[in-house]
Amino acid sequence: MKWSRKDLLDLESLSVEEITMLLDTARSFREVLDRPIKKVPILRGKTIVNMFFEPSTRTSSSFDMAAKRLMADTVNISPRTSAVTKGETLLDTARNLEAMRIDLVVIRHSSSGAPHFLAKRIKAGVVNAGDGQHAHPTQGLLDIFTMREKRGRIEGLKVLIVGDVTHSRVARSNIHGLKKLGAEVAVCGPSTLIPVGIEELGARVFHKIEEALEWADVVNILRLQLERQKKGLLPTLREYSRMFCVTEERLKAAKPDVTIMHPGPMNRGVEIDPRVADGARSVILDQVTNGVAVRMAALYLLSGGDAPLSEAIRKEA
Amino acid sequence: MTNQKAEGRRPSGRLVIRNCRIIDPLNKRDEAGDILMEDGRISALGKDIAPNGAEAVKGDGLVACPGLCDMHVHLRQPGREDEETVESGSRAAAAGGFTAVACMPNTQPVLDNRGMIELIRSLETPLCRVHPVGAISKGLEGLELAEIGDMAGAGAVAVSDDGRPLTDSNLMRRALDYCRMFGIPVVSHCEDKFLSADGSMNEGPLATRLGLRGIPSAAEASMAYRDCRLAALTGGRVHIAHVSCAETVEVVRQAKKQGVAVTAETCPHYFCLTEEAVVGYNEAARVNPPLRTKRDVEAIIGGLSDGTIDCIATDHAPHSLEEKEVEFDASPTGMIGLETALGLCWTHLVEKKVLTARQLVEKMSVNPRRILNLAGGSLEVGKESDLTLFDPNAEWTVDPEKFKSLSRNTPFAGWKLKGRAAMTVVGGLVVKVD
Repeated sequence: MKWSRKDLLDLESLSVEEITMLLDTARSFREVLDRPIKKVPILRGKTIVNMFFEPSTRTSSSFDMAAKRLMADTVNISPRTSAVTKGETLLDTARNLEAMRIDLVVIRHSSSGAPHFLAKRIKAGVVNAGDGQHAHPTQGLLDIFTMREKRGRIEGLKVLIVGDVTHSRVARSNIHGLKKLGAEVAVCGPSTLIPVGIEELGARVFHKIEEALEWADVVNILRLQLERQKKGLLPTLREYSRMFCVTEERLKAAKPDVTIMHPGPMNRGVEIDPRVADGARSVILDQVTNGVAVRMAALYLLSGGDAPLSEAIRKEA
Repeated sequence: MTNQKAEGRRPSGRLVIRNCRIIDPLNKRDEAGDILMEDGRISALGKDIAPNGAEAVKGDGLVACPGLCDMHVHLRQPGREDEETVESGSRAAAAGGFTAVACMPNTQPVLDNRGMIELIRSLETPLCRVHPVGAISKGLEGLELAEIGDMAGAGAVAVSDDGRPLTDSNLMRRALDYCRMFGIPVVSHCEDKFLSADGSMNEGPLATRLGLRGIPSAAEASMAYRDCRLAALTGGRVHIAHVSCAETVEVVRQAKKQGVAVTAETCPHYFCLTEEAVVGYNEAARVNPPLRTKRDVEAIIGGLSDGTIDCIATDHAPHSLEEKEVEFDASPTGMIGLETALGLCWTHLVEKKVLTARQLVEKMSVNPRRILNLAGGSLEVGKESDLTLFDPNAEWTVDPEKFKSLSRNTPFAGWKLKGRAAMTVVGGLVVKVD
C-alpha cells in the first residue's frame, strides 16, 4: 500500500490501514532517535513551513525537530511575526508561502477547520498541528503509538480520557483513532465539560473518577485550561481538583499496571498529582519522544515517501 | 432609476397575459384565464377577454399570481454598497420573481430615524417595491426606543433589531406596546445571546464531531416564548423571524392557539438543508440561526403545512467573497436567497406535496403583505398590476455567476431546481427575467 493523501487533517477520515501505516513508519523512525547520529537525509531539499497561529512550545518544536531530523529545511512563523497581524487573510498568507515553492505546511490554528480550509485551496500538503477544538491528529497518533508500545496492542484496550473533553482536540483525535483500531474509549469529567453527543463518537461517559479509573487500562489526562472557571463552566479549580484530579490515592483502586498519559503541558496539582505524573506508571516523557517519531513519519509519508522504509533508513544512515 | 430601460419596460398600450393559470388566493381563484393590464392597473380578468390589439404574452403552462413579497432582506445600503445596493437587490428580487421586499435596518448607519427611512424610500427603483423596516432601538443598541412613530409615518412597515435582539425584556414590552399605535409589527430575531454565545453551528453530535461550538435550539425558542408572552401582555403584534427549529414552531403553534397576535416566517434554507451542509467547514452554510437537524426540518414543514408558519422569507444576506471565504468560525453569517427562493420552494414544497401552489402563493405573497399591511396580494380589476408570472416546469441549475445580486454567497450553487420566474409586473412596469 502507498500513501495517497496530500494532507493529514484528522484521524476520522483515515482508514485503519492508513493509521497503521503511519504508526509502523513511526516505529522505524523511533529507532533512529536512539542512534548517536539522529539524522536521516530523506527529506533533503524539501521545505516545510510551520505556521503556528496559536502559541505552542511542545508541538511546534516537535514538528521542527522532526523536519530537521529528516534534513528538510524549515521556516517557522507565528502570528506575532507574520503578516497575519497586519490583517492578511489566512488564504493570502498560504498562497504567498506557496509561491515560494514550499512542500508542506504544518498549521496550528484556533479555528476548527482552518487546515481543511487551507488544504482545499493550496497545492502543498497540509499537516494539522491542532485546529480549534476539532482535531490534533499527530497527538492522537503519538498517544496511540505510545499505548501500542507500552501495552502491546490497541484492540480491546480500555482507554479513559479525563478532563475537559468539550474543548479538547486531543480527546477527539484519540477517540477517532482508538475506536478505528478497536479500543474501548471512555471519557470522564464534569458534565459541563463533556460535549453533547460524545456517545455518538463511540465514547462511554463517566462522571465519577473512581469508577472510571477502576475500568481503565490506560488513563489519558487532559490539560484543564485555567480560564474555564471564568466562563462559568466550573465553580472553582479547587472543586475540579477535588472531584477529578488523578491522585495516587485514587489510583489505588485502578489496575496495578495502569498506564498514565498526559499530552502536556501539565497543571500539576490540578488535573494530575505530581507523584502520578512522575511515578513509575507514567509514560508522559515517552509520549514526547514518540511525538518526534510520529511527526517524522507524517512528514515523510506526505512528502511522497514509501512505507515500509526501514531498509531505506538503514542504507542512508 | 438607472437600468430601467435595460431591465424593465413600460408597454405603451395595453398588455395581456393570455391563457395562464391564475392563482389568486384572496379571491379563491385558481383557473386558466387571461389578464389584461392598462396604465399600470388590471383592467380585465377572465376567460377569453378580447385583447383588441393589446400586446400579448403567451401564458401557456405559466402561473400568474399576486407579486411575490419577501419580508426579510438585507440590502446593505448605506454602508456596504460593495455587497448589495437597493438597486442591485431590486434586480435580484425581480429576477427571483419578487415585486416587493422589506429591508432590515442593520445598515451603516442604522435605519433608526425618519431621514434614513426616507433615504431608502428615495433609492427605490421601479423594478421592485422596497419597504424599509426601522430599528426598534436607537443604533440597534437595545437601550432606548428609536423614533418609531416618525419612522412609521415615513413609511417604515415594521420595526426590528434584527441580528441584535433585545436582551432587555422590558424594552421589548415597551416596543410591542408602542407599536400598537401604528399598527405595525415588531419583527423579532429570536436569539438569547448568552446561550448562543460564540457558537457557529447547531449544537449537537455533529458540532461535537466538527469541533465547532454549538448554538442550542433553546436560544431561539426561549426568546420566541418570551416575545409571545409579551405580545399577549401588551396586545402588540409580534412577528417571529426565520424560524429554524422544532421548538420554536411549537411555541408559535401554542401561542396562536391562545389567540396571541403572533405570526412567523421561515426561510428556504431551513427546510431544504440540514446541519450536514456544514460538513467540510462549508462557510456558505454558516447562517444565524444555524441550520438544524432532519427533525427540525420535519417540524418546519409541519408548521408550514398547518399554517403555524405564515410565510416564507429569504433573509437575503449578501456578503463579499473576501469576508465570507475565511475560516468557518470567522465567516460572517448569512446567505443570499432572492434568486433561489421560488425554485427551492416549488421544488421542495409544491413538488413534494407539502403545500399546494395556492398555499405557496399565500406564504410568498399574500401573508407577508397582510403582516406588513401592504397593498396588493390579490389580482383584481382596477387594482395596481403587481404580479409574478412563473414557469413551474422550468428546470434550471443554480449558477451564482448569473445572479443579479452583487454577492455570491449561496450554499445552493449547482442545485437543480424546478420552477422559475419568467416575468414580473410592478405597477405596470414589465420586468422580464432572462
